[in-house]
Amino acid sequence: MANIISDETIEYVGILAKLELSQGEQEQAKADMGRMLDYIDKLGELDTTGVEPMSHVFPVQNVFREDVVTNNDMREQMLLNAPEEKDGMFVVPKTFL
Amino acid sequence: MEVTDMTAVELSAAIRDGQVTAVEAAEEMLARIEERDGIYNCYVTVDREGALAQARAVQEKIDAGELTGPLAGVPVAIKDNLCTEGLLTTCASRMLENFVPTYTAEAVMNLRRAGAVILGKTNMDEFAMGSTTETSAYGVTRNPWNPAHVPGGSSGGSAAAVAAGECCFALGSDTGGSIRQPAAYCGMVGMKPTYGTVSRYGLIAYGSSLDQIGPLTKDVTDCAAVLEAISSYDKKDSTSVKRQDTDFTSALVEDVQGLRIGIPNDYLGEGLDAEVRAAVLQAAEELARSGAVVERFDLSLVEYAIPAYYTIAAAEASSNLERFDGIKYGYRTKEYTGLHNMYKKSRSEGFGEEVKRRIMLGSFVLSSGYYDAYYLKALRVKALIKKAFDEAFAKYDVILGPVAPTTAPRLGESLADPIKMYLGDIYTIAVNLAGLPGISLPCGKDRNGLPIGLQLIGDCFQEKKLIRAAYTYEKSRGPFGIGPGTEKQDGRTGGIPS
Repeated sequence: MANIISDETIEYVGILAKLELSQGEQEQAKADMGRMLDYIDKLGELDTTGVEPMSHVFPVQNVFREDVVTNNDMREQMLLNAPEEKDGMFVVPKTFL
Repeated sequence: MEVTDMTAVELSAAIRDGQVTAVEAAEEMLARIEERDGIYNCYVTVDREGALAQARAVQEKIDAGELTGPLAGVPVAIKDNLCTEGLLTTCASRMLENFVPTYTAEAVMNLRRAGAVILGKTNMDEFAMGSTTETSAYGVTRNPWNPAHVPGGSSGGSAAAVAAGECCFALGSDTGGSIRQPAAYCGMVGMKPTYGTVSRYGLIAYGSSLDQIGPLTKDVTDCAAVLEAISSYDKKDSTSVKRQDTDFTSALVEDVQGLRIGIPNDYLGEGLDAEVRAAVLQAAEELARSGAVVERFDLSLVEYAIPAYYTIAAAEASSNLERFDGIKYGYRTKEYTGLHNMYKKSRSEGFGEEVKRRIMLGSFVLSSGYYDAYYLKALRVKALIKKAFDEAFAKYDVILGPVAPTTAPRLGESLADPIKMYLGDIYTIAVNLAGLPGISLPCGKDRNGLPIGLQLIGDCFQEKKLIRAAYTYEKSRGPFGIGPGTEKQDGRTGGIPS
């Protein structure tokens, strides 16, 4: 395997991805990601000098609209989906300790 | 003929003629679901009461002459990643086990306007990540042609529901083949339209630059009718394209005289099952006999489509799935210490293995230091792939090939080796990278009686050429059978021997 994923890398990716992996999952993730990257490295065979990255297949520009509210106030229905709500608001854990 | 055996166009005509009512049609479908879904598990949610209420309302409009189209009163199943107001929408994930949307996806709204009756929500690979419907948090779906086999994925529940007669047609979504491949495995017709043709508003995003909603139907006529109904310009989707040519049913013409069809040599090489190859080439011969000009050519870059796709799709997935944080909706872990721990635990417990694998990969390829080498490199390769297709479409109207290298694998054989599973997407994935339309339709069966799919790919906005070619082929092929359970009863089965 050409790509060896270190413990530090997988921990860093875990922080970016906001995922907490168990010891076993972490080992599996290292192996999986290494294999995937070995496979993706195939793209390196192609000379892409001077080729612009294509994020969209059509030449689209930003689509603007007036900043006007068009939807209804659905606070109650939306809060029904909240894991926790109080007084018409989402409850989150304490962020300042 | 039984309601459960009819196509959408046949059923809506029967309803218009008063042979059957929309309510009776919905009741028959619900009875079929009751009878069969215990075996196939096509649905995550069946909305019995809602369907009957819709059917009653639709019948009134049909009686009043307000609804006259080909989908009026026709029961439909919706993939569970399309938001439906007031109806559970899970993406087949524990993360959204109790999510009830406050709005309906635009494509589904278009179906409702056309009078279609929504029966429920179909099973899928979790967040549409998979090729077998085995990554669902709500159990596997079984292939109606043989329950020991997968229905394909990620729109496996939709394809299987149509094949089992548990709905008249269904909507799916296709990010790398997720409509076309399950359609092929289940012997149905599936279409991924040109990017931007169907609004993505209300489709829970996986790879936004690749996702497109499309129909899964019993035949090409229904495919054109459904696509015509769901296509629309939508301000709520900033990638929506204003098209004037969405009268797709006008392309249901039996004529391929002079149509230039190219078969990429790269699509017939190593890894392709011999029976699939033979059936696809026989279909090409059939089209040639009907007057098409069929040639082989080298498409090039085919082997680079999968690594480019998985880089881009994983990157977009890692970004799109950041919204699932256990605050506004979705799963929240029971015990946690502080905000970040809550995020991490909720996501780790709420997402399944394949979803986490892709989020991790996507986070990595977008991270500082690797962004250029992986993500931008993949976008450059995407530009080259698009160019290769542009060159091909300068010579050909339609590209013809297989949908998948094999017929439906047995349950439990695919997930152990992710890369091997990803390789199964080789013939479908480049279509999404280049934004092209592609249609899948049955062209034979293997020695075990499992359906084989034929894929036709068109240039951007050329769905009509695909529909014309597919319709002509379907006519010359003859009836295929609309599902295994109906074979004995109505004699519609057949297909060309493989």
